[in-house]
Amino acid sequence: MSTAVLPRENYLNTDYGLRSWFLTTDHKRICILYLLTITLFFAIGGAFATVMRLDLATPAADLVSDETYNKMFTMHGIIMVFFFLVPSIPATLGNFLIPMMVGAKDVAFPKLNLASWYIFTAGGCFTLWALISGGVDSGWTFYTPFSTLSSNTNVTLAALGIFIAGFSSILTGLNFMVTIHRMRAPGLTWFRMPLFLWSMYAASLIFVLGTPVIAITLLLVAAERVLHLGIFDPARGGDPVLFQHLFWFYSHPAVYIMVVPGMGVVSEIVAAFSRKRIFGYTFVAFSSLAIAILGFLVWGHHLFVAGISVYSALVFSLLSYFVAIPSAIKVFNWTATLYKGSISFATPMLYAFGFIWMFTIGGLTGLFLAALGIDIHVTDTYFVIAHFHYIMVGGAIMAYLGGLHYWWPKMTGRLYPEGWGKLGFITVFLGFNLTFFPQFILGYMGMPRRYHAYPPEFQTLNVLSSAGASILAIGYLIPLVYLLWSLKYGPIAGPNPWGAKGLEWTTSSPPPKHNFETTPIVTEPAYNYSELEETAVV
Amino acid sequence: MWPSLFPEEASTIAPRVDALYFFLVAVSCFFVVLIAGMLLLFAIKYRRRHEHDVGASIHGGMVLEVTWTLIPLGIALIMFVWGAKVYFDEYTPPPGNSVIVYGLAKQWMWKFPPMDGQREINELHVPVNQRVKLIMTSQDVIHSFFVPDFRVKMDVLPGRYRTMWFEATRTGTFHLFCAEYCGTGHSRMVGQIVVMSPSDYQAWVAGGVSHNTLASAGQTLFTNLACASCHSAASGSRGPVLNGIYEQRVKLQGGQSVIADDAYLRESIMNPAAKVAEGYQPIMPTYQGLVDDEQLLELIEYIKTLKPAAASAPSVTTSEPEGQGTSQPITEHGKSSSAVSSPSAAPTAQR
Ligand code: HEC
Ligand SMILES: [Cu+2]
Ligand SMILES: [Cu+2]
Repeated sequence: MSTAVLPRENYLNTDYGLRSWFLTTDHKRICILYLLTITLFFAIGGAFATVMRLDLATPAADLVSDETYNKMFTMHGIIMVFFFLVPSIPATLGNFLIPMMVGAKDVAFPKLNLASWYIFTAGGCFTLWALISGGVDSGWTFYTPFSTLSSNTNVTLAALGIFIAGFSSILTGLNFMVTIHRMRAPGLTWFRMPLFLWSMYAASLIFVLGTPVIAITLLLVAAERVLHLGIFDPARGGDPVLFQHLFWFYSHPAVYIMVVPGMGVVSEIVAAFSRKRIFGYTFVAFSSLAIAILGFLVWGHHLFVAGISVYSALVFSLLSYFVAIPSAIKVFNWTATLYKGSISFATPMLYAFGFIWMFTIGGLTGLFLAALGIDIHVTDTYFVIAHFHYIMVGGAIMAYLGGLHYWWPKMTGRLYPEGWGKLGFITVFLGFNLTFFPQFILGYMGMPRRYHAYPPEFQTLNVLSSAGASILAIGYLIPLVYLLWSLKYGPIAGPNPWGAKGLEWTTSSPPPKHNFETTPIVTEPAYNYSELEETAVV
Repeated sequence: MWPSLFPEEASTIAPRVDALYFFLVAVSCFFVVLIAGMLLLFAIKYRRRHEHDVGASIHGGMVLEVTWTLIPLGIALIMFVWGAKVYFDEYTPPPGNSVIVYGLAKQWMWKFPPMDGQREINELHVPVNQRVKLIMTSQDVIHSFFVPDFRVKMDVLPGRYRTMWFEATRTGTFHLFCAEYCGTGHSRMVGQIVVMSPSDYQAWVAGGVSHNTLASAGQTLFTNLACASCHSAASGSRGPVLNGIYEQRVKLQGGQSVIADDAYLRESIMNPAAKVAEGYQPIMPTYQGLVDDEQLLELIEYIKTLKPAAASAPSVTTSEPEGQGTSQPITEHGKSSSAVSSPSAAPTAQR
């Protein structure tokens, strides 16, 4: 290890000037640009959460005013959902890995890829502007007619910011789909692809099909505010519930944008650290597509108390149960993969275990919300908050961090300190569960979400939750510190520090500008650890 | 400490929601233990012992895949059916006699205009062991009526009437929350439901008789807004006579018909052209903007109290004898007091 050196020429040292970064079309450098941008957004969104949790430690609303509190949870939601979670895995790991995993030099449209980052950043700036120049208090859900008639904050500006950033999602999704279709190396058939590609393909499908709907919806909100069209205003013959249908038509699938790529990452990690092919490869691959498609048919489960007919509620409840099945299939298959594997407890694998834990709890509590009779009671309470944080923060961020650790040596050429890695994981894991598990109980007790002040009987659990949040905050800082440290002092990783399978591990770390010296030719299925001849897929 | 971590079961529906909840908790615990247990077991048993070890060559198994698809699917279907049953009962007000309450939500308070008795803000008095039917609307944005101890919740929408019901089973005071984010004072939009024993409730109702009941306020409006210039027997049938119209089938132009429920009456006043009664010209002006939500309730309540004119009343089949079963004395509505048949034999004195 001590004799190892970084490859003389790699994508990081070909050029150093600012121009070479801001005008780069290299997917790996664009990944780094996204990484920096979304880390910034994560920090801002996290700061809002910290203040909220501090305020909620006491029942009286004593730290900030009601207005400020409402702006905080709104901006926390907007930033975390649209500017961190949605782009997190796709724009960073997806950008870095898709071309490498298909054995290509770059994505199909490198310039469009750079444009996507600029559009994303422009949208982000718009939203930050909305925030600095007074804030937004409509909730990240922008429910009408509050957002259109009642709120006198920067709703229009924030909506436009998200509208703009949406184009980045659409273009990125398009780029990934074309790359996966057209740029696979010779021999890389669909069923030899790593599962990460399948999940990115599914997520891209949602990007392309779903994002236009949220774009139109937010545009309508902006238009209604400015021009008083009357689409959502009942006094003008509009329907406020229409907004909720449109909004969730995107925003439910958007949850899968956040978690399906995470599932792909977990499949990679579980295979690599069990040195074993994923159990039921085809089932795991197709379950990603099934989730993406079924995910478009369940938006109504956000409206069970909002004013839809009893019969449509039945249909949406049933479909919501169906979408749970492919998720369950994945969890069972990951678990089965461990059987007779060669299992290492490296940090990425710990994060994968963490993901499975969080996702299992998040998924199972989803069944509660899909059960119509229970949903009436727990919807719009902390139960829902806990549920979707288990999926989107517990699940998606665990996978993101796991993936970041797993591919960090590939991206930077250096290893992070393993002991600190494990410590970071344990802190995040404990902090997260302590923050959000009490919220399930709080929710069932009846504490509504978005409450600044609350009755005193809810305090004990809120204090626990706030304590957990402080641990969680430290937990997120630990990796930030040691990953930065490793950039300079981490041990040199070498091309394949984990002994993992996959095209990305066949080239040097960090990879050269064009990824591979020669175009790779694929002759075996993914995760062929046992070096067997290709066998028929199940 | 334990009892305080679980909401009270203070309505007829609450134990049913909780039973389903505990079933789901049990199923969830089973799967969490199963999955976490397997993960730990495998991870420890098959931990890597030598640096270059690889896993066994196992690629999948059809039998397993089918098993772990079908078993969860079966369990999910049980949850679906059970959940749907509870929802259906919770969101379809059962026929029969119930106390009717109007609810008006606005930023950031709950108003319960007096049917009679006392005008209430952020507080609602109801009798125990008797069904309460709530007809709610919002004057501005969307709010949500949520009583955790009853396990009931329903969004309250502007421009629309929504009806929910509950039957409290314990006396006491229970939280009322607004569960849909509605702006600055959202977390202050709280109130309480006071559930009283029948005798206390009667005393409370009697103690607050005010002269400005909903219906009489509605009558004043009806006169002031000149509704009577079209809607009275004397008006030369420019408009239909409204006596006895509530909850009956009304024939519309074009052959369709509707039940004249609260929503229909509301629409007839705010947007008369939407559904035009058979045999009349659409000459009624809209009162959109002229009457607010509260006045609208007063008008509707007044229309409900108009007795069917004995001779001209068409022989209609009542859609469902709701009975206007307020336990309150204003039920002049001819049939209501006779239609009161309380099979549950609630001890409340029906007057
Ligand atoms: C200019 C005459 C006119 C005035 C004033 C008027 N209405 Fe009407 N109203 C009509 C006519 C004509 C109809 C039947 C046609 C229709 O459905 O639009 C009607 C229908 C209705 C209906 C539905 C009845 C049914 O049989 O379907 C209601 C309820 C009603 N009006 C209430 C009111 C109230 C309350 C007011 C006062 C605030 C009012 N109207 C003022 C002419 C009038
Ligand atoms: Cu409200
Ligand atoms: Cu509210």
